[in-house]
Amino acid sequence: MANYFNEEFETLPRAALEALQLKRLQATVARVYANVPFYKQSFDAANIKPEDIKSLADLQRLPFTTKQNMRDSYPYGLFAAPMEEIVRIHASSGTTGKPTVVGYTQKDIETWSELMARSFMAAGAHKGDIIHNAYGYGLFTGGLGAHYGAERLGASVIPISGGNTKRQIMIMQDFGSTVLTCTPSYSLYLAEEAATEGVDIKSSKLRVGIFGAEPWSEAMRGEIEANLGLDAIDIYGLSEIMGPGVAIECIEEKHGLHIWEDHFIPEIINPETGQPVAEGEKGELVITTITKQGIPLIRYRTRDITSLSYAPCACGRTHGRIARMSGRSDDMLIIRGVNVFPSQIESILVRIEGVEPHYLLIVDRKDNLDTLEVQVEVDERIFSDEIKVLQTLSRQIEKEIKDMLGVTCTVKLVEPKTIQRSEGKAQRVKDNRKL
Amino acid sequence: MKVEQISIFIENKSGRLAEITRILGEAGINIRALSLADTSDFGILRLIVNEVEKAKAVLKEKGFTVSKTEVVAVEVPDQPGGLSTILQALDRDNTNVEYMYAFVERCGGNAVIIFRFDETDKAIATLTANNFNILAGERLYSM
Repeated sequence: MANYFNEEFETLPRAALEALQLKRLQATVARVYANVPFYKQSFDAANIKPEDIKSLADLQRLPFTTKQNMRDSYPYGLFAAPMEEIVRIHASSGTTGKPTVVGYTQKDIETWSELMARSFMAAGAHKGDIIHNAYGYGLFTGGLGAHYGAERLGASVIPISGGNTKRQIMIMQDFGSTVLTCTPSYSLYLAEEAATEGVDIKSSKLRVGIFGAEPWSEAMRGEIEANLGLDAIDIYGLSEIMGPGVAIECIEEKHGLHIWEDHFIPEIINPETGQPVAEGEKGELVITTITKQGIPLIRYRTRDITSLSYAPCACGRTHGRIARMSGRSDDMLIIRGVNVFPSQIESILVRIEGVEPHYLLIVDRKDNLDTLEVQVEVDERIFSDEIKVLQTLSRQIEKEIKDMLGVTCTVKLVEPKTIQRSEGKAQRVKDNRKL
Repeated sequence: MKVEQISIFIENKSGRLAEITRILGEAGINIRALSLADTSDFGILRLIVNEVEKAKAVLKEKGFTVSKTEVVAVEVPDQPGGLSTILQALDRDNTNVEYMYAFVERCGGNAVIIFRFDETDKAIATLTANNFNILAGERLYSM
């Protein structure tokens, strides 16, 4: 029997699902037009009224919403519900300037909890599991999002949050955690620290890991599953749309993330032209929320690069699947005119025997030319007492990056654990170019 | 016949050698011989010490990447052409020397050279056949 939290909606036939989407889209468009001055202005400027939305295809006539629009409306300008109805506020980290702020009504929190509970079950977790939630609690949506979902599921949640890794390892062992939720890079750090402490994390009770909040590669999944002895599941979410639980892989296929289409309408567009791409083609993910009350967003440009497929899935869910993120359009580095995602370099590194996926990319500009340095840690598996062995390794990595990505780089071998470990999102890139 | 050598990966940045020697000193480990091979980015420090396992353990504990390799210590007549006779014998048998360095102490009237070969057993056979004296690890660690 498949693991559904809400079987009726998760397996709704496409025709019924699309009819529901249209009804909810129409209500959302009417709501934002009436309540949010920004949307009234942008719809008026595009000469479109809520009544003009007669089919799902009409969605494409509506203008996009961008992160910049959210910043310009800081903090509450895009809220569609009065503050008396807002019960929770989250904000994105805002590395550049002001954070983007989102508000949730009581119903929004209930929806989020349900979608996160559905996501847990799709990943193979269930009531009775002990969920070790190492996402950060606070303004970041990861911690509380997973927490409410775990409770809604009926699991026991350990709200450990991020940090204090030694203590995390002890609690994980002593409390018998069966499910781990954190960023993929932190899971590897946990495994590494456990090994240092002499703890065999593979023989722990952990069965499933649900990892998100940063892009990761299929190769890194292999590494995590081997080092932690669990099924590693990719989860997707972003605070602007809701938080974690927008989309999740099912444990049956681990191939593409089901996006909960009874609450979100996904589109894939060409980021340059804004035009839709053909099914299965890569482009920027655009999401319209169709049940949110606090801050509904119409055609929000996520900047995440993926593709969308409606192929039937072994798990029986009828909701379309987005491919594992190949990067965020603003994580993308342009090095001497070549587009490079850190996740691509990561997949190359992980394939090389003995190389750990702890790396740092340093981009600089010397004599008007971009330079890329890839720092890789030398551990015992690749270390040799002979210089030429290490130099051959450096050259091999340089060559594979050149062959695969078409960009020249220099590999710098560094001592173990000198690349900063993150307890939240890993910092993979240092761009020192002064442009 | 073989001697255990430890190798340590170090980045080319100030204070790393000082740090390694401090860690070994505090653990009461005596360095018997050393060689540093370096490139512009990193170096490999190779050491013969009196307590191999302990040295490896204390350095690993401090986060260094350490490996253990087998090398050969050979007595060399301390006179012009002394080293050359050994190298010629090895060359005749097509034995490749990866690297070599001198031991600090003398053994009787002779110098001691540490050799790293790619084919250690073959090299030992060649040296023995040519009547060169190979020093055992225990003897070297306590010299």
